[in-house]
Amino acid sequence: MNDAAVPETSGVDVLDAAVPALIGVVTETSPGETRVAATPATVAQIIKLGYRVTVESGAGALSSFTDEAYAEAGAQVADHAAAWAADVVLKVNAPSQTEIGELEDGATVVSLVAPAHNPELLDALAARPITVLAMDAVPRISRAQSMDVLSSMANIAGYRAVVEAANEFGRFFTGQVTAAGKVPPAKVLVAGAGVAGLAAIGAASSLGAIVRATDPRPEVADQVKSIGGEYLKVDVEVEQSTDGYAKATSEDYDRRAAEIYSEQAADVDIVVTTALIPGRKAPVLLTAADVASMKPGSVIVDMAAAMGGNVEGSVPGERVVTDNGVVILGYTDLAGRLPTQASQLYGQNLVNLLKLLTPEKDGQLVLDFEDVVQRAVTVVRDGEKTWPPPEVKVSAAPAGPATPAAPEEPKEPAKPASPALKYGAIGVGILALFLVNAFAPQPLPQHFTVLVLSVVVGFYVIGKVNHALHTPLMSVTNAISGIIVVGALVQMSSDDLAIQLVAFVAILIASINVFGGFAVTRRMLGMFSKG
Amino acid sequence: MNVESAAGAAYIVAALLFIMSLAGLSKHETAKAGIGYGIVGMAIALVATVVLVVDEAETLAIVLLFVAVAIGAVIGLWRARIVEMTGMPELIALLHSFVGLAAVLVGWNGYLEHKSFPSQALEDIHNAEIFIGVFIGAVTFTGSIVANLKLSAKINSAPLVLPGKNFLNLGALVLFVGLTVWFVIDPQLWLLIAVTVVALALGWHLVASIGGGDMPVVVSMLNSYSGWAAAAAGFLLNNDLLIVTGALVGSSGAYLSYIMCKAMNRSFISVIAGGFGIEASGGDDTDYGDHREITADDTAELLRNASTVVITPGYGMAVAQAQYPVADLTRKLRERGVDVRFGIHPVAGRLPGHMNVLLAEAKVPYDIVLEMDEVNDDLADTTVVLVIGANDTVNPAAAEDPTSPIAGMPVLRVWEAENVVVFKRSMAAGYAGVQNPLFFRDNTQMLFGDAKERVEDILRSL
Repeated sequence: MNDAAVPETSGVDVLDAAVPALIGVVTETSPGETRVAATPATVAQIIKLGYRVTVESGAGALSSFTDEAYAEAGAQVADHAAAWAADVVLKVNAPSQTEIGELEDGATVVSLVAPAHNPELLDALAARPITVLAMDAVPRISRAQSMDVLSSMANIAGYRAVVEAANEFGRFFTGQVTAAGKVPPAKVLVAGAGVAGLAAIGAASSLGAIVRATDPRPEVADQVKSIGGEYLKVDVEVEQSTDGYAKATSEDYDRRAAEIYSEQAADVDIVVTTALIPGRKAPVLLTAADVASMKPGSVIVDMAAAMGGNVEGSVPGERVVTDNGVVILGYTDLAGRLPTQASQLYGQNLVNLLKLLTPEKDGQLVLDFEDVVQRAVTVVRDGEKTWPPPEVKVSAAPAGPATPAAPEEPKEPAKPASPALKYGAIGVGILALFLVNAFAPQPLPQHFTVLVLSVVVGFYVIGKVNHALHTPLMSVTNAISGIIVVGALVQMSSDDLAIQLVAFVAILIASINVFGGFAVTRRMLGMFSKG
Repeated sequence: MNVESAAGAAYIVAALLFIMSLAGLSKHETAKAGIGYGIVGMAIALVATVVLVVDEAETLAIVLLFVAVAIGAVIGLWRARIVEMTGMPELIALLHSFVGLAAVLVGWNGYLEHKSFPSQALEDIHNAEIFIGVFIGAVTFTGSIVANLKLSAKINSAPLVLPGKNFLNLGALVLFVGLTVWFVIDPQLWLLIAVTVVALALGWHLVASIGGGDMPVVVSMLNSYSGWAAAAAGFLLNNDLLIVTGALVGSSGAYLSYIMCKAMNRSFISVIAGGFGIEASGGDDTDYGDHREITADDTAELLRNASTVVITPGYGMAVAQAQYPVADLTRKLRERGVDVRFGIHPVAGRLPGHMNVLLAEAKVPYDIVLEMDEVNDDLADTTVVLVIGANDTVNPAAAEDPTSPIAGMPVLRVWEAENVVVFKRSMAAGYAGVQNPLFFRDNTQMLFGDAKERVEDILRSL
């Protein structure tokens, strides 16, 4: 009944005469970029989708992937021009002006684009008859999570932010009592509990630090707690997020939050800020005064530095030391500082997108604009700008404090029957039993006595049966119900041959039940052993 | 003391032993003693009855008696020896049908034996007892046959939905009552034949209209019916042992069904009435998104780095005979210091406790095999959950989607774990015919293929 859910099993079938598309993996040219859009592992997966793959020589060098490894995975290693001449070009960063010119007509390029911040780039891309898929435009819906580059990169960046901070910080993260004295644990404040924030909380707490976290979305409190952090609540009503990202906050909220940051700044040793609002400048969380109140030797990692910074005084891409000895790191390439991992995760995101775009696994890229994910990532189609996409609401967004009452409650099978009805039924039953026994001739009343008592005993005797023993119990009761054989045996004493024959059959099958039932139960019980 | 009184005394002893047997089987520690009591009780009852019969019956009847018992014993022991533990549900259903058939035959014999009665009232009661015995026996017989066929996949396990099925059931009951009254007034053979046919049809229809996924409850219910059939025969034959034992089995079977109904959030009444099978929810166009696949090697990697692992098996493990490699996997992981436990849903498999039996067969220690309620709260702190051949019992829709056909059924909350690996042959829906959103969760990865081969792959990789 669910045909749609059955996966396509047909491989590349003979009828598909079309030549599989060529995918090019090119070397990144942006300064400081260490990642690559495909690793040997992801190349193998792309080839499984039916594509041919060409990798520019040296593309993976900075991520520790050799050309040989790519060749071993099935890719062809070629020069710059050959890789750029592919039907589909995979990249990390958006192509530069010259690179756009190198693309073939009708080619598809997949990379980070940041269409909201780079309108000129978008225009330049749309000037060519090409298709551009922006990995950073994947909508935040559960189904697309496997392609969400922002999440996968933020995860790495959050971890690296803590590692960078630890590197600058002159002390242990964990508290220790040593022969040389007691070492207090470091206190870390993480601002913003998104993917990056949670990764930072996890990394810091596993290093042994005391971690606190803030976030305007109260629903993340549990997530923070689950990975070892303490959630600092801002006691002000806030709006629910509908698209999975934090929203700009109200004035009341900001005032209270600022107080919290000021209090915390004076107390903690390390601050990691991750607060970003889509399409806007990052909010300032720590003012210059807050920074000045921090202890010398404290470290701040401003992960939002590229977007204007959460900390007054942070400089994108730079390490700054303030007058009072606080180190502010504004690195914007945190994910790239773990290039091997970052490339693998980015490459896997790309593979997951390609899987979506290659439903037949035949090496043919198909864009389906009915699909919200495919619609959203396509920022340019055949030279025509298709950005911004229609808005997508997050399906799994928390539905607010009052979960919408289900329109049709699963019909309770009138379980809490009214007491009157219940006692009425019991009364009628008892009365019926009474009447039957009062009027019926012997031996019926005697039989009923036995029956009623046995029913009660049967009910109580298995009252606390261990769940694991349900099958043996059922099997043994089954064997015992073979007692019907006694009835058939008694009937053997008749002198009518017909009766004897019927009884013969009854005895035979009932005996199968008796012997088989007990034997199988014994076999079963013999297996139960305690470890 | 004559033979009769000795037999009567033996029956009381046997009845007591049966009660002790059932009581013993509710705990692991006493289970083996319990089965011992049961066997001794049955032996005493049989010997006493045979002595009684030998005392009265003619030589041919005695020979027939022993031949029948011998053949039955050989067949029964032989089947019990060769049955695969995965085929246990079918076997038990089949054995129930034997009790039902025997009850029908005993009832018919009761009619054929034209006894003389001291009063008209007693004769009327006797006739009514014949009818009731035959009716219950025949319902049990065909019901168990259908259950057996569904469990062994010889017929389609989807619920049969005849128009007005409740009226068919009700009509059969009304017809039964009417025929009983007629038979008491005028005991004709054709009436007995008619009621047998009606009961056979009713038994067939009752179970056929229940989906295969609900078979655990059905088997347990049939177990109860077979007990009532024996009790009815006891009334007919004036035999207290039959009444005691039948009532014991009947009420304990009913209670067991009730426990299971609660576990599945089903109405007990609708189970007894039959046809509580899920109405197949036809057009299911919900977009669940994409699932992610994982390889056996990656799963092994995941397990190697895990601190806690919970395995939730289902019928798929039984089908694939994967319990042995699963047990090996458990042993290996435990040797590495990984905390491995099993979470068993009350209705996992096709028989209550089915999974426990299979795991016991493969020598998984029973103290790490936990019930749903014992393990459910720990799942959130679990690194990896392996879902092996289970589907509906781990379906988040039951907990989260009030419109789902399985809404409200308690399920193993595996989706709370850090990672979930689902072993499955394909993306097809489970027994209940309901799509499972678990497969599309972000922390879920699918490992496709035969569960046994996949687990063996993981073992090699470890």
